[in-house]
Amino acid sequence: MNLPAVIAIYKFEMARWTRTLLQSLVSPVIATSLYFVVFGAAIGSRITEIDGVPYGAFIVPGLIMLNLLTQSVANASFGIYFPRFTGTIYEQLSAPLSPVEIVTGYVGAAATKSTILALIILATATLFVDLRIDHPAWMVFFLVLTAITFSVLGFVLGLWAESFEQLQLVPLLVITPLTFLGGTFYSLDVLPEFWQKVSLLNPVVYLVSAFRWSFYGTSDVSVQVSLAMIGLFLVLCLAAVWWVFKTGYRLKS
Amino acid sequence: MSQIISIQGISKTYKSGFQALKNIDLDIEKGEIFALLGPNGAGKTTLISIICGIVTPSSGTVTVGGHDIITDYRATRAMIGLVPQELTAEMFETVWATVSHSRGLFGKWPNPSHIEKVLKDLALWDKKDSKLMTLSGGMKRRVLIAKALSHEPQVLFLDEPTAGVDVELRNEMWELVKHLRDSGVTIILTTHYIQEAEDMADRIGVINKGELVLVEDKCELMHKLGRKQLTLELHDPIETIPVSLEQHQLIIAKDGNELIYTYDSQGERTGITHLLTDLAEAGIRFKDLDTSQSSLEEIFVDLVRRDQ
Ligand SMILES: Nc1ncnc2c1ncn2[C@@H]1O[C@H](COP(=O)(O)OP(=O)(O)OP(=O)(O)O)[C@@H](O)[C@H]1O
Ligand SMILES: [Mg+2]
Repeated sequence: MNLPAVIAIYKFEMARWTRTLLQSLVSPVIATSLYFVVFGAAIGSRITEIDGVPYGAFIVPGLIMLNLLTQSVANASFGIYFPRFTGTIYEQLSAPLSPVEIVTGYVGAAATKSTILALIILATATLFVDLRIDHPAWMVFFLVLTAITFSVLGFVLGLWAESFEQLQLVPLLVITPLTFLGGTFYSLDVLPEFWQKVSLLNPVVYLVSAFRWSFYGTSDVSVQVSLAMIGLFLVLCLAAVWWVFKTGYRLKS
Repeated sequence: MSQIISIQGISKTYKSGFQALKNIDLDIEKGEIFALLGPNGAGKTTLISIICGIVTPSSGTVTVGGHDIITDYRATRAMIGLVPQELTAEMFETVWATVSHSRGLFGKWPNPSHIEKVLKDLALWDKKDSKLMTLSGGMKRRVLIAKALSHEPQVLFLDEPTAGVDVELRNEMWELVKHLRDSGVTIILTTHYIQEAEDMADRIGVINKGELVLVEDKCELMHKLGRKQLTLELHDPIETIPVSLEQHQLIIAKDGNELIYTYDSQGERTGITHLLTDLAEAGIRFKDLDTSQSSLEEIFVDLVRRDQ
């Protein structure tokens, strides 16, 4: 195990983030605050409670997930795409690094960043709504697991992308719609039965559902199923990374 | 001397179908400076990239320090420092951060005093807190060298290290290279300035169109192929060479205004005295004379052209 390298990559990525810390944190926090103002206070006051939870509080887990997913993907994809783009990747490729070590460094940093952001958004939320967290340990567990899973996904994206456009297109066309359709702002019950079934193909549904359960003890999908699906998704993403490194796809000629 | 790198039957065909290297066999001796010459697109960078693990070979094997570069990549890569041809750098980082980062990537724990030494050796110490984007091209090139030296490699690859570097800096760089060699580091460099190879290298390899056309000890190469020419500017033009001078194999040039004599400068006797005596006897007088030595450059151009 090349531990110095894993630490070096991790520190390097974290340093890149702290240089732009204000931007990285302020804009998501402001955006989320606006959601609370609009959905929580303005519209939410006219929406009845969902599963006994006021609407403003109901959307908190979903909003945190929304940020966690987009930030994990963005951080990890940019982290590995940028050296490919500038050419500094030669150094990682010529270093005594195994794929596991590279992924641990990049994904670890990306997941750390998005987890910190999620916790800050959670803290922001408490300023707007009364929150309760029934299962705090599970809450943290789901937070970290999701951050890791989507950082791995972002890493794959960063390895695959051939341009900055592609790098942004996938989050825009895939991640954001999946999140909005994944029960961030509603309970699946409100959908017609057909669309409920379709929703079950959306991995984000399981994340949001399980995460919301850790807050309020209620969920659209059983927690065990959610856990299994998140695990499956993580394995799929890891398999994709493994394949990229094994074949050298878009990394080595 | 024992070999530190052994390249056997390396070929590389890129995905485009282009064959960049054809069956290369080469051994690099421990502690030598080896210069790899060749025209643009010859395959120098490709060969270096294969040894460093950036390009996958299509066939053949390479060992570094006895370890296979693919099955035992950790051992081989830890031994190698690479200064790439392209100037690529983490533009937003400081010199100190980027060089320290490199050390970590290559599996070494932080050692600020070593980084300090490397930066001082490369005259980068006063720039250690500057961001790379604020540095000049030559300084960026030195940062790349510092990165390659950050983990104390035993083998250093310099892919055109002096491209875009001014004369003074180039000399300093070569001082550093010699110093590194003296400390036991094996150095493989590519360059288009053949004078550099002539001054620096212990051995020279010429690669052309993916084939290694020559590997020679530099002195032997200069000796074997290095010829000198004596040009005599004549007082009165001549049309034919007198029979008495035939044994000197002179060539008439410039419409009979010049005579050219070719000789081996490294030989026991050059034959010049003899020639001059014979010229005087034949009554040929000259106004001026000039000697020129075929440089490595000419040898090189000759080799590459012959190959076409
Ligand atoms: N990724 C690639 N895909 C396809 N062909 C490539 C690739 N990289 C290099 N080549 C081709 O391989 C040949 C050798 O390239 P290489 O970079 O090794 O040359 P070089 O000897 O380093 O040249 P130079 O002196 O210009 O640096 C060139 O014809 C080049 O076009
Ligand atoms: Mg080259």
